[in-house]
Amino acid sequence: MPQTSLETMLRISSEGPVIELHGEIDSSAKDALAVAYEEAPHDGRLLLDFSAVDYINSTGIALIVGLLARARAERQPVAARGLSDHYRQIFEITRISDFMTILVDNASTDQPAQEGTR
Amino acid sequence: MAITEQIIRSAVGTQPNPTAPDESAGEVSVDGAEGAEASTNLVAPEIAPNDPIIGYLQGAAGAVDLTHLDLDSQALRDLRESGVTMVVPLIANGELIGVLNVGRRLSDQDYSADDRRLLETLAAHAAPAMRVGQLVREQQAEMQQRGRMEQELQVAQMIQKNFLPKSVPELHGWQLAADYRPARAVGGDFYDFIELFDGRIGLVIGDVTDKGIPAAMVMAATKSLLRASAQRLIEPGDVLARVNDQLCPEIPENMFVTCFYGVLDPATGRLVYANAGHNLPLVQTGADASELRATGMPLGLMPAMDYREQTTTLEPGARVLLYSDGLVEAHNPGRDMFGEARSVAVLQAADSPNELLEQLLAALDQFTGETTEQEDDITLVALRRTVTDRYDDGTAGGDVDRYGRVLADFKLGSAPGHERDAMRLVAEALAPVGIEAARMERLKAATAEATMNAMEHGNHYDPALDVRIVVAATDSEVTVRISDHGTAVIAPVETPDIEAKLEGLQSPRGWGLFLIKEMVDEVRQSSEDGHHAIELAIKIEGAQDAADKP
Repeated sequence: MPQTSLETMLRISSEGPVIELHGEIDSSAKDALAVAYEEAPHDGRLLLDFSAVDYINSTGIALIVGLLARARAERQPVAARGLSDHYRQIFEITRISDFMTILVDNASTDQPAQEGTR
Repeated sequence: MAITEQIIRSAVGTQPNPTAPDESAGEVSVDGAEGAEASTNLVAPEIAPNDPIIGYLQGAAGAVDLTHLDLDSQALRDLRESGVTMVVPLIANGELIGVLNVGRRLSDQDYSADDRRLLETLAAHAAPAMRVGQLVREQQAEMQQRGRMEQELQVAQMIQKNFLPKSVPELHGWQLAADYRPARAVGGDFYDFIELFDGRIGLVIGDVTDKGIPAAMVMAATKSLLRASAQRLIEPGDVLARVNDQLCPEIPENMFVTCFYGVLDPATGRLVYANAGHNLPLVQTGADASELRATGMPLGLMPAMDYREQTTTLEPGARVLLYSDGLVEAHNPGRDMFGEARSVAVLQAADSPNELLEQLLAALDQFTGETTEQEDDITLVALRRTVTDRYDDGTAGGDVDRYGRVLADFKLGSAPGHERDAMRLVAEALAPVGIEAARMERLKAATAEATMNAMEHGNHYDPALDVRIVVAATDSEVTVRISDHGTAVIAPVETPDIEAKLEGLQSPRGWGLFLIKEMVDEVRQSSEDGHHAIELAIKIEGAQDAADKP
């Protein structure tokens, strides 16, 4: 019984679409992430909510970079929130955070931790 | 059922003499009245519940003179035989609850209209009082019955409790936990750990059909038979076959026992098992959950059965859950069953066996709702193979090599998801070292990446090829050495070009080695004897200062 590692839920907030991610982002998350991105409206800022993500590996990083590449092609800004300190650091090391706004805190007010330098 | 009661009166003018009903068969009976004189003794005959006289009396307006009654009734004949000449129905709430049997007057004269009115008035007053008496007696009888059942429950619970292990054995390299939650009506679940002479250990879980004392007795017998056979026969299939043959002639009809029996070699993780119709145990290895499948008839149904043995090897990190049907067949208020899928989900998420059992029972409580009474016994046995801890087992006195003290040395098969086990096992091994949390997170991430590389590039995800992980520590450095069966030495790590990736000029992939390098202080690699190894090192002196370094 292979584990389904990632579940996603699409929500539309006043600021744009929000994809809530639950579980793990590794190779088995590929389809779930792609479907979630397809289903999300491609206007307004896309917010990825990582609050319920407990594991991201290098393949998961590649999936996020792939998603970011598609969003850039469509000129849709992407933001992330709910990242643990550990994964926020990984987003910084990989420079993903240079291309998506990282929001701190799970509060609904979107306080940017640092602005993207796109 | 209305209990019809008779009151015998030996003579007009003397006290009515009520007698206790005999509840034995739902029939009306009277033990016999003690009259003042032998000659006037009336013996109240039994009135069968289906006797037509009951219907007749129910509809009668008052005292009934038997002398002129024309009815094909055995009771009527018996009443006349015993000297009863008149019967006054006792009616309470429109229901015939008894009769007043009246014999001949001592003066031998007929009963006057006044006499009849007196008797009828007496009956009208006596009936409700008697009904109250009947209800009290019914209540008392019911309480006695309930008391008996309660006592039986207690006995069954006592037997059950006494035959379950008082503790779980300590096995080097393994963690075990067990829990038994009896239902109110004890269901005959059992489990056992049997230490075999060759160092292996027998794992038993079973369930007797039926409940209460009979089930508890069969449970106790089965457990004893298993223990006796386990030491002599060793092989699980033979043991179950033998116990089945011994149980068959003894077990009460319509009862049988489901039972899983496995023999585990703690040193190698090899588990040989057979199953007599019990719920299939669950195994979690890496990201995969599976069942320990083996087929066989439950014990006690039919003699001369064969129980086919199966073998599996539980790798370090593997977890096993043995359970009884009380777990998976528990219902929620909507009548859905807890089921295997929910059990697997908890198994996948939980860590140690103790945690697993706690989380399972919590999930179950949440599912069934706390107000629901538990339907059946729930028995859970969980085990996990930890690591081959050469430092701690006292035999090697702690291997010391160029990596320092070896804290853990284990192997994982190559399958997706095993990197998570590697993370956990490395973290466990390093727990005593006390590495700062953020640094530990990074070492775990690097371990996962390196393990994935080893499984993918070194072993090409061949499940037969393992990845060996050695965790060692000196006073100043912790190393995690991860080796596979490949020979390729990894090219120097280049920083991935995220701009090129985002423009679609490069594959979005290629982060693994970069992350490994960034997560630890030093990465070394070597290749020898058909093995490729990568070493992840972090400094532990001044770990706090270094914590902020990426």
